[in-house]
Amino acid sequence: MKNWPLWEVFIRSKNGLEHRHCGSLHASDATMALENARDVYTRRMEGVSIWVVPSAQITASNPEDSAELFDPAKDKAYRHPTFYELPDELKHM
Amino acid sequence: MSEHEVKNLEEIFDARIARDEKIEPKDWMPEKYRQTHIRQISQHAHSEIVGMLPEGNWITRAPSLKRKVALLAKIQDEAGHGLYLYSACETLGISREELYDQLHSGKAKYSSIFNYPTLTWADMGAIGWLVDGAAIINQVPLTTTSFGPYARAMVRVCKEESFHQRQGFQIMMTLAEGTPEQKEMAQDALNRWWFPSLMMLGPTDAASVHTEQSMKWKLKRKTNDELRQQFVDQTVPQAHMIGLTIPDPTLKFNEETKHYEFGELDWDEFWQVVKGHGPCNKERISARVNAWNNGKWVRDAAMAYAEKQANKEVKQAI
Repeated sequence: MKNWPLWEVFIRSKNGLEHRHCGSLHASDATMALENARDVYTRRMEGVSIWVVPSAQITASNPEDSAELFDPAKDKAYRHPTFYELPDELKHM
Repeated sequence: MSEHEVKNLEEIFDARIARDEKIEPKDWMPEKYRQTHIRQISQHAHSEIVGMLPEGNWITRAPSLKRKVALLAKIQDEAGHGLYLYSACETLGISREELYDQLHSGKAKYSSIFNYPTLTWADMGAIGWLVDGAAIINQVPLTTTSFGPYARAMVRVCKEESFHQRQGFQIMMTLAEGTPEQKEMAQDALNRWWFPSLMMLGPTDAASVHTEQSMKWKLKRKTNDELRQQFVDQTVPQAHMIGLTIPDPTLKFNEETKHYEFGELDWDEFWQVVKGHGPCNKERISARVNAWNNGKWVRDAAMAYAEKQANKEVKQAI
C-alpha cells in the first residue's frame, strides 16, 4: 500500500492577515490533512483558517535561476519613491 | 562537478553562513552539511516521539484532573514537536518512512534520558523541570541556526516548551511543600534525574567529535560544557527555593567565577545507555515498533478510502 502523501500547511492567524506557510504533514486525503493541520499547528489559537495543498502540486523556482529572475529589479531604482529628489519645502509626498 | 568547482561552491556557502544568511532546502549545500543536519534533526525528532513514552506511563494515574489535562497537553505538544521536526528533516530529501525505519532499526539515536524509567508521580515533575529545562537550554540557541526549516521549527518548539518546564516545577514544588512522604518522593525523583539531565547535554567538549564543525555551521552556538554550566547555575537555586537537595556532595558555589562547581559525571553509564544498555532502551523501541506495525492496517485503510474517493470523483467528472 502507498504511503500517505505530503501536504503543505498555510495558516491565517487572524482575519485581515494572509495565510502563511507554517510547515507540512502527511495525510491520506485533504480532509485528514485539514484535521491533522488543526492538531499539529493550531493547538494554541494560532489560526482562524487553514489551507492544505499537496506538496507535489507546488512548482518552485530554482535557486540557480535566482540571478536572472531577481537581479533585473536591482538597477531599477526609479521604481522607488526615494529616487525622486524634491525640494524640502514639500514636506509630505 | 569537478573538485575545484565543489571547493568554490563550498567557499561561497561558508561565506553565506558567516554573513548569517539562512540556507533553504533547494539551495546548494555540501553533502556533509546535508547529512549532519539529517542526523541531528531526525535525532531531535525521534527524541520528542520517544520522549512521550515515559510520561504516557502516568496519564491514567495522574493525581487530579488538572494534572491529567496538563500532562496530556504536554505529551501532545511533544508529538507536535516531533512532527515539526520530521517535516523540517524531510526538506533535506529523506522520506518519513526512512526516518522511522532508522529509529526502529536502532540506526538512529534519540536522547539517552528517555531510557530511564518513570517510577513515581514525582518523576513527571522532575522530567518537566529538569529534562525540559535542559532541553530549553539546548534549543534556544538553535532558533538562530543556519538551516531555515530547522530554525523555524525550533522557534515554534521553544515557544511551547516553557509551559512544560513550569508545569514540572510546580509539581515538584507542590510535593516538596506536602507531607514528609511527598517531599521524600520529590527528593528521590531529583536524585535519580539530576545526573542523567546533566549528561543529556552531551559529552564533554574534550570528548565531543562534532562540536567544531557544528559551531561553524551555527548548528551549535554554545559547547556542551557551556550549556551544562548554564543549566547547573540556573537549576541549583531553584532546588534550594523549594527545599530540595542536589544529590552532589561536591557541589559548591565559586564566589570568584560566580558559577557552581559540580562533581565528575559517570560517562561510562552515559555511553552504556547510548549504546542500548540503559534500563528501558528495549522497552522504548519495542513500544514504537509495535505502535507502527499495529497501526499499519489503519494507514492502509485510510489510503484505500482516499483512493476510492478520488476514483469516484474522476468517474463523476467523465
